[in-house]
Amino acid sequence: MKAFLAFLKKEFYHIWRDPRSLLILIGMPMVQVILFGFAITNEIIDAKIAILDNSKDEVTQEISNKILSSRYFKLYDYLSGKDQIEKSFRKGKIKIALIFEDNFSKKLYRNENPQVQIIADATDPNTATTLINYVSRIILDYQSKYIKNNSAGLEVVSKMEYNPELKGVYLFVPGTITIILMLISAMMTSISIAREKEKGTMEILLVSPIKPLMVIVGKVVPYITLALINASTILLLGVFVFGLPIRGSLIVLMLEIILFIITALGLGIFISTKVETQQNALIISLMGLLLPTIILSGFIYPIESLPEILQYVSHVIPAKWFLIILRDIMIRGTEFGLIIKETLILFGMMVFILFISIKNYKIRLE
Amino acid sequence: MERGNNYIVEVDNLTKKFGDFVAVDNISFKVKKGEIFGFLGANGAGKTTAMKMLTGLLSPSAGKALVAGWNVEKNPEKVKLNIGYMSQKFSLYDDMRVNENIRLYAGIYKISGKEIKTKINILLEELKMQDLRKKLVGDLPLGWKQKLAFAIAMVHDPPVVFLDEPTSGVDPITRRQFWEMIYKASSGGTTIFVTTHYLDEAEYCTRASIMVDGQIKALDTPENLKKSFEVDNMQEVFLKLARGK
Repeated sequence: MKAFLAFLKKEFYHIWRDPRSLLILIGMPMVQVILFGFAITNEIIDAKIAILDNSKDEVTQEISNKILSSRYFKLYDYLSGKDQIEKSFRKGKIKIALIFEDNFSKKLYRNENPQVQIIADATDPNTATTLINYVSRIILDYQSKYIKNNSAGLEVVSKMEYNPELKGVYLFVPGTITIILMLISAMMTSISIAREKEKGTMEILLVSPIKPLMVIVGKVVPYITLALINASTILLLGVFVFGLPIRGSLIVLMLEIILFIITALGLGIFISTKVETQQNALIISLMGLLLPTIILSGFIYPIESLPEILQYVSHVIPAKWFLIILRDIMIRGTEFGLIIKETLILFGMMVFILFISIKNYKIRLE
Repeated sequence: MERGNNYIVEVDNLTKKFGDFVAVDNISFKVKKGEIFGFLGANGAGKTTAMKMLTGLLSPSAGKALVAGWNVEKNPEKVKLNIGYMSQKFSLYDDMRVNENIRLYAGIYKISGKEIKTKINILLEELKMQDLRKKLVGDLPLGWKQKLAFAIAMVHDPPVVFLDEPTSGVDPITRRQFWEMIYKASSGGTTIFVTTHYLDEAEYCTRASIMVDGQIKALDTPENLKKSFEVDNMQEVFLKLARGK
């Protein structure tokens, strides 16, 4: 125990004496959340729109006003000919254009289904889809009111459950927590163990009577602490700066976070058993852990939209299950009973990874 | 440790193979308590590999070794408590202060808190480093680091200490001081097992062995070695052996 405490103290010295790394470790999560929160958002505001109104009646006016008064669009110009649309797109002046057929309201009254054409710049397909959705919703909204008044037809009602305002924060806070925890836990542990190997101090530790398991635990404890501090910081920022709810149990949430941290630490130990230098540890952690975590966890690309084979691959990514759990607890407020399956999968992964990495951790050199 | 046994290290047909390569080839020797045992050989002769087996860092492919009476294969934990080790690579923590490094290893070797304090004072006084206790080890010159590493390897007063090329890369004066430390430790009863490729250092040893291609080709006191090879110094003993007589 005494030997362990002496060793643990040394680990804190290493972290504390390296202010640059410490600053990155503590500062990076905050910067990431703030960047994701303010800069990277799926909401599009003030997209430039051009309107070609061939009808110019009260219905097209009303629809146009409705669109322009939403905060999503800003009028570029009312155009007078179809050729101008192409030109404006090419010059990059507009993101979307709207064309009303002539005699719009008359056709509407006669139930002839007048047409509105929406053209979007799909250079950036995500933006185009989002903008078309916005416009469609506004028009549908108008139409449903109109049809109601005329006591006819069908009504489309869609509701965005759990996140009615489609806030980006709901997406990136759980995602950022996942990435940061993976980064700090796995990468930093693997680097810190690899450093002992690289500098030759591991040899001395192996010759000394300290138990190898104590060395691992001593390496891991400081990073569990750091990871927990970071998870809390991100949660606090999410809740107080970006208004993210935590609808489920906070205790369950923290326990799941600890489960994920230990899984990631296991991965870090595993990497460190396979490399001899800090640089290799860094590269393997980045390529082998961070990239799959970002791409295959469902943080940025929905898993459903991945090619089938990658969907299968994603099953073995711990971050995928953790992200499902996080979103369920925080945003849906799901009770523990309903995320037992995901928790068990993650738990199984943790046990497996810890087993493999401790088994691989060499008590002797060679 | 067995009573009445005069040997601190007993090596019996020890072999280490890496694949087809035989790094240590069936060596046998004994080291007496309290002697300074030189373990000489060219780079790649198998010195470090043999030493790593004795310290429990590598497991032998065949043969057996007893260190401080314990079998290195069967009781590595007992061996670890009874040896000090200083590796070829400088192995203190650069980002920790002198006293913090001492404290760490004293802690790892389970020395009590009170003892640690007096230990640090004595150790720093012997090294004449009292003023440097708060200095980061990374800021010390290499020679000082090596002396500190040696002192720390002996912080738990082990009966035998293994030094792997302790003087490589340091200047002659420091080398001299280093050997003075070795003598002092030896006169205090500690057995010193030291590898080196400085042949002049072999003259300082009680007995020296010379390894060539994984085998021990000669083992005796420096005087006897020189006599039997009919040369004036260890350098020539070594050259004669390395060239295959």
